[in-house]
Amino acid sequence: MSDTKSIFWSGFLDCIPFILVVAPFGLLFGVVATEAGLNLLETMSMTVLVIAGAAQFTALALLQDQAPTFVVILAALAVNLRMAMYSAALVPHLGKTSLRTRALASYFMIDQTFAVSIKKYERNPQWSMAQKTAYYFGCTSALCPFWYLFSLLGALVGQSIPKEYSLDFAIPICFISLIAPMLRSLPHMVSALVSILLALVFAWMPYNLWLIVAAVFAMMAGARTELWVEGRKAKC
Amino acid sequence: MLSAWTVWIVIVCLGLGTYLIRFSFLGLIGGRELPEWFLRHLRYVAVAVMPALITPLVIWPEATQGEPDPARLIAALAAFVIGIKFNSVIGAILAGMISLYGVQYLLN
Repeated sequence: MSDTKSIFWSGFLDCIPFILVVAPFGLLFGVVATEAGLNLLETMSMTVLVIAGAAQFTALALLQDQAPTFVVILAALAVNLRMAMYSAALVPHLGKTSLRTRALASYFMIDQTFAVSIKKYERNPQWSMAQKTAYYFGCTSALCPFWYLFSLLGALVGQSIPKEYSLDFAIPICFISLIAPMLRSLPHMVSALVSILLALVFAWMPYNLWLIVAAVFAMMAGARTELWVEGRKAKC
Repeated sequence: MLSAWTVWIVIVCLGLGTYLIRFSFLGLIGGRELPEWFLRHLRYVAVAVMPALITPLVIWPEATQGEPDPARLIAALAAFVIGIKFNSVIGAILAGMISLYGVQYLLN
């Protein structure tokens, strides 16, 4: 029991650095939503129900552009389609937990907690499901409350954050710091490289479809490279 | 001015849709075994999605109207180098933000 407890707290601690990113991003959302004309209840409902920053910003921008409602919804959902892949990638680790646990884990699935958890699971393949679950919820407990809290602060303060702070760039830096330590094997490097190149090649695609296309091909490239590396090892 | 109805429809549909996307595989496949070839692809989800997601933000930042920005490119590189070399998340975030502000300060 104390073991899962300590694993919960190690997940919590491993995710603390990302508060540096989640907090300003949440603050920014609260401010931008208020400036767009959403009241406090609407802003916080969106933050709590959607709990996905990139999609929330997309929806706000399209609402302000007076785009048709179904376009707003579909375009924002397309931004979140990547999470279907996260959901699949978590199946080998959390798939056998209770339906209630999986329902909760789904609600709290965000980029940072997913990436941190998966990295940890790969390094600790002997972990039981209870340990993996504890770690996952340790991660979410460190970040999700700050997402709510800082959205709320942003909505209450409601003042523009000066452009000079370049808060837009907190997100790329966060993702780079998540991914860089993962590039430990050739298949991972190949996959990341294909991902970058195809994001540029398919940038013309509408509704963020380029993201899905680039990601699917990059996964295939990683899997292919893994087979190739194994084949070479078998020959030696 | 946005109509309250439109805003609420977007909030509810987006919340529900996003939840269903997140729940999809984890909820419906649950404990069933996945085929080996599928698992092999899943091992690369994180490194396949996240670099693509940020590539346009690094190369064509909206804050500079889509023009490549030396400060942002250097900051991305700094975060990458520190992240891969020292395996440190907080180091990479700090390296990125410090070089971003540093280069912006020097160039202005």
